[in-house]
Amino acid sequence: MRQPITQLPALRSNPATALFAATLLALALALAARPVAAGEEVTVSIDNFTFNPAEVTVAPGTTVTWVNNDDIPHTIVDKKQAFRSKVLDTEGKYSFTFNTAGDFTYFCSLHPHMTGKVVVKPAG
Amino acid sequence: MTKSDTSTPAADADGIHRRGFLECMTWAGTGILWSLSGGLPSGLGLGSALAAEPAKAFTFLQISDSHVGFDKPANPDALSTLREAVARIRTLKEKPAFMIHTGDISHLSREKEFDDADQIVKEAGLPVFYVPGEHDLLDDGQGKAYLDRYGKGSKGAGWYSYDHDGVHFIALVNVVELKAGGLGNLGTEQLEWLESDVAGLPSSTPIVVFAHIPLWTVYPEWGWGTSDGLQALAYLKRFGSVTVLNGHIHQVMQKVEGNVTFHTARSTAFPQPAPGSAPSPGPLKLPAAELRKSLGIATVNFVRGSQPLAIIDQPLEG
Repeated sequence: MRQPITQLPALRSNPATALFAATLLALALALAARPVAAGEEVTVSIDNFTFNPAEVTVAPGTTVTWVNNDDIPHTIVDKKQAFRSKVLDTEGKYSFTFNTAGDFTYFCSLHPHMTGKVVVKPAG
Repeated sequence: MTKSDTSTPAADADGIHRRGFLECMTWAGTGILWSLSGGLPSGLGLGSALAAEPAKAFTFLQISDSHVGFDKPANPDALSTLREAVARIRTLKEKPAFMIHTGDISHLSREKEFDDADQIVKEAGLPVFYVPGEHDLLDDGQGKAYLDRYGKGSKGAGWYSYDHDGVHFIALVNVVELKAGGLGNLGTEQLEWLESDVAGLPSSTPIVVFAHIPLWTVYPEWGWGTSDGLQALAYLKRFGSVTVLNGHIHQVMQKVEGNVTFHTARSTAFPQPAPGSAPSPGPLKLPAAELRKSLGIATVNFVRGSQPLAIIDQPLEG
């Protein structure tokens, strides 16, 4: 769903086909992740050992804040060490501002089966 | 030896009937009493173990997951239940030779939490051998506080071995450098150390291995297992008796596979749900009157010349 659309249905002269193709295109655009504009804030909540949403797409300069709603502490650790939070107890928060484009896969170092992703790319 | 339950962890393989087990699950915070008999471990209910093991060579005790500092609804005072567990240890008729703590001493690795835990554990009057849980490595130094306090004489992230009356004890650390999406992890350096640590031992030496996260795969969906645990066990394959003691999952589970017996201990702080029985492994909130039935300690008896090592899980109440 969030993959770049590389092939679109060929538009032919048949109006029904064209309409169908246009609808598909509109649907694809609606479903494609739209980066949050720079300067905006995004919150990822941690509930039941899950990052919610598990993947967010943001523009460079966006600050993402994680909030732990569990009764157990968690951490936010980038797989490539770009960021690492201290331990977040219940209601603890951690923020990181993403200034460079790229994919950031992160996990909880206490419960490594918990993983999430931040995709940073320029808006439209 | 007689059972090979490779797929499903058996909660009642230690002779505790399901009903009894569920009843036990209603206390909070005990320990396990382990008895080593001729090197082969076996789990026994407390009553039958005491009756069947008249010639104990020695007994040691396991305590786990005290999570000192935890104050959430599942147990608003984890320090009190640790104190109750230690009080229970003091009432044991036969004094254990020593105690092992299989990690998560503290909840957030704060100095005060370690101080409070040490203060209470000391009251048991026993030597204590520790391994860290992931909750013990949350200081800024990512484990430095633990090593400064408990790691004297250990190697790497805190692993070591020692001998007691002919039994070789191996303390492993599987809570550092965990990988995204992964399980507990021992790492190459520790595995190499383990291989050389046991290289000179006769195969008749009874082995007891302890670590925080289960060395066998209990439930990977919740991270309850160790990715390179099988490699560690491969180094121990030639030994006639291997007992693996873990914590982390805050409930009793036992599995016997060949010469290896796996056992997990209760927490002294709060219970966790059975694998897959809840949306997450978060603390299980029980009615206050039930909490102490699901917490506990364990004692282990070693009896030379007779077969099994008897593990006795005792809840704080019930």
